[in-house]
Amino acid sequence: MKTANLKTSRRSFLKTTALAGGALLLGFDPFLSGGSVVSLKDLSTIPGGVSFQPNAFIRIGADGIITIMAPNPEIGQGVKTSLPLLVAEELDVDWNTIQVEQAGLDTKNFNRQTAGGSGSIRSSWKSFRKAGATARKMLVEAAAGTWNVNADECYTEKGFVIHKPNGKKLSYGNLAEKASQLKVPSDVNLKDPKEFNLIGKRIHNVDNRKIVTGKMDFGIDTKREGMLYAMVARPPAFGKKLKSFDDKGALSVSGVKKVLQAGNKIAVLATSTWSAKKGRDALKIEWEDDGKLENTTDHLEAFAKLVTQKTDKPKRNDGDVDSAFPNAAKVIERTFVAPFLPHAPMEPMNFYADVHDDAVELYGPTQTPSRTRSDVSRLLKIPEEKITVGLSRMGGGFGRRLQSDYAVEAAEISSLAKAPVQVMWTREDDMQAGFYRPAGMYSYKAALGKDNQLIGWHLKAAAINSGNASRENSFPAGAVPNFRIDSHNLESKVTVGAWRAPTHNFIAFAEESLLDEIAHAAGKDPVAFRLELLDKAKTSPTGTVEYDPERYKTVIKTAAEMGNWGKKADNGIYKGFGAHFSFGSYVAQVAEISVKDNKIKVHKVFCAVDCGQVVNLSGAETQVEGGIIDGLGVALYGKLTIENGQAVQKNFNAYNLIRISDAPDIEVKFIENNIDPMGLGEPGLPPIAPAVCNAIFAATGKRITKLPINLASEG
Amino acid sequence: MPVFRLNVNNQSFTVNVEADTPLLWVLRDELNLRGTKFGCGIAQCGVCTVHFNGNAVRSCSIPVSVAEKGKIITIEGLSKDGSHPVQRAWEEMDVPQCGYCQAGQIMSAVALLSKKPKPSDADIDAAMTGNICRCATYKRIRKAIHLAAENGGNK
Repeated sequence: MKTANLKTSRRSFLKTTALAGGALLLGFDPFLSGGSVVSLKDLSTIPGGVSFQPNAFIRIGADGIITIMAPNPEIGQGVKTSLPLLVAEELDVDWNTIQVEQAGLDTKNFNRQTAGGSGSIRSSWKSFRKAGATARKMLVEAAAGTWNVNADECYTEKGFVIHKPNGKKLSYGNLAEKASQLKVPSDVNLKDPKEFNLIGKRIHNVDNRKIVTGKMDFGIDTKREGMLYAMVARPPAFGKKLKSFDDKGALSVSGVKKVLQAGNKIAVLATSTWSAKKGRDALKIEWEDDGKLENTTDHLEAFAKLVTQKTDKPKRNDGDVDSAFPNAAKVIERTFVAPFLPHAPMEPMNFYADVHDDAVELYGPTQTPSRTRSDVSRLLKIPEEKITVGLSRMGGGFGRRLQSDYAVEAAEISSLAKAPVQVMWTREDDMQAGFYRPAGMYSYKAALGKDNQLIGWHLKAAAINSGNASRENSFPAGAVPNFRIDSHNLESKVTVGAWRAPTHNFIAFAEESLLDEIAHAAGKDPVAFRLELLDKAKTSPTGTVEYDPERYKTVIKTAAEMGNWGKKADNGIYKGFGAHFSFGSYVAQVAEISVKDNKIKVHKVFCAVDCGQVVNLSGAETQVEGGIIDGLGVALYGKLTIENGQAVQKNFNAYNLIRISDAPDIEVKFIENNIDPMGLGEPGLPPIAPAVCNAIFAATGKRITKLPINLASEG
Repeated sequence: MPVFRLNVNNQSFTVNVEADTPLLWVLRDELNLRGTKFGCGIAQCGVCTVHFNGNAVRSCSIPVSVAEKGKIITIEGLSKDGSHPVQRAWEEMDVPQCGYCQAGQIMSAVALLSKKPKPSDADIDAAMTGNICRCATYKRIRKAIHLAAENGGNK
């Protein structure tokens, strides 16, 4: 399969298509027009001129080439493959012969060009299929008209319409012109899951060939005529601002063209990346304090005070939690501590910007192109319709590229320099000017009644700038009669943001560890204990229950079976269990580990997933495997410390990312059903830390309460 | 600025850059060979891995003045069309997620197979531990290396 970037504008593209003759072009607007599909004629009359860029649509040329657009930003979650696959399924084309093209930002035609919240498939499942089904229906009608037969006598297969009674067939390419003249049907039928040829199969990443040959362009690879490379000196700590600078040294570096001040930042523009970096290093800058310089130790002290207190507005308050403790048979208390985590995608931040008064071109890696455009519009006071945002493939995101700071910065520098610029961040820049996973503290108190039933659960949480530090409706909410969550916010100069499976990524560790401890206190098997609670959530729920207890139970039982839960493992191997529900998907895991000299080795992870219908089995499996290893990596190593407003860990020599030698073998099983698909980029991650830490308890009798795991420091 | 003569992918190039310019930036900015990526700049992540006289090295940490003393192969020089057994294995195992680190992973894997045509898991872990994959495609990387080994990946 070939892929290409569409560089033509909407208008010129339409013209080209028309000139090529006989093409059926279907654009669709899944939300604004309720999932309807409009034809080429309709599209050409939509106002907006050149700024109207093609987006998720199907193009069938008279040359027979079928192109499907990939509208969403690709960060490695596989949407450039899985979204076009939905269209292709209903269109009934040969996947190996179609082309997939990445679309740019187009909010006129798209509702959700965002990579976040594990939401792309969830929001596109029906509308994208409908676009394919509509085109298919028109092609069938075109064929039926050509043969003068009833459309009901025709079927489609791999890009052909076939007349069943006599076997005549015509390719979609041959039918394109005729189909483009037909009225667009408003009602189409989607396939029954039994008819799926692509959905649920193993489909490979559409960009594989380019990636393995080094031909895939990421944001960092952008190079345009007259472009300058920029490196930016930013405040070296949260709470510092620019006082003064001397650029003589920088300007004397060969290749350096300009030095510019943009607020508290200084940009060095040069003819190569290395010159820009050397120029930046040669700046003499004086920074001054802008308020207090914070420390992680200050945060921990503040958290410790906050988590002793209730709030006026609990996030959830079922029953009367205070009544549960006086008569409890057992009270279990644990406090868990979460560090900051940088996103550290392998491709450092970068963005290309070419700003003119009447036109702005932005291109690069962003999970939120529409936010990027509106933020640039606001800063430069240039209307959004004059700003285009092209989407490069991204070298990871994990939430970092939900922020627009680095793209806005590029636009500002281009505007000041009056030149096209590519702003490049170093790893050190990325570690310091991050939007980290919020650091926090989670203090739990749970009560077991005389019959060893869980009767009370009270969380008092505090986290940096997080709004809500909890996920108040997470299991076991719904299964506990007295259940209260208090969440405190600690304001800080340190910037934070969404990090893969926000909040879930830590509370799953805390709560699944605590459930394991409560099960032991109750003398119950941890898996049986969870199943018992889920039965309670089903038969006698307390308050809102956001999960389906039966689906939850199924993944728990499946993972337990896969991991031979309850049976003794080989000598020296210990098992732990963890499960979590997030982004609509249910995931349970059994981890097998060993411990030697306080070092943890994870040998194998068994994982059961119910994400509804699997769209791409290969993509789904790799998302879950990646989530597990990512979650394991931060459980073993992930920690960013702030001292005097500075990130202590500045690069990968100090901030450890998990490497192949720590990556366990993983077995993933998807629960087969045809329920509409749910998120999968994030749900695989949360259960692994508790599964591993519960196995550590099995091995050592120690409860891990702080991440990253430091066995020697735990009591 | 001084002139350096480089042998990259069996072709000779002349570049005019400062002597301390890392090979990575010469490849990317001067020679337009952008398949080699930037990740950390301190030889810790492996996304910039190329071959220098047949060994996997981190191009971010080799100045051009040293680089001109040897033969350099980049991902673009591995094959014209992705037909190298390691590249084919990568496709067959559907290894990439975001794909950013994979050129470096492949260059390390090719260097490993040239020295150990049938590596064990432990050999793979030892040779590949300098290459971080933030998407954590490690399980498939291991499988792909074994597959490439079966298919004569040590060429």
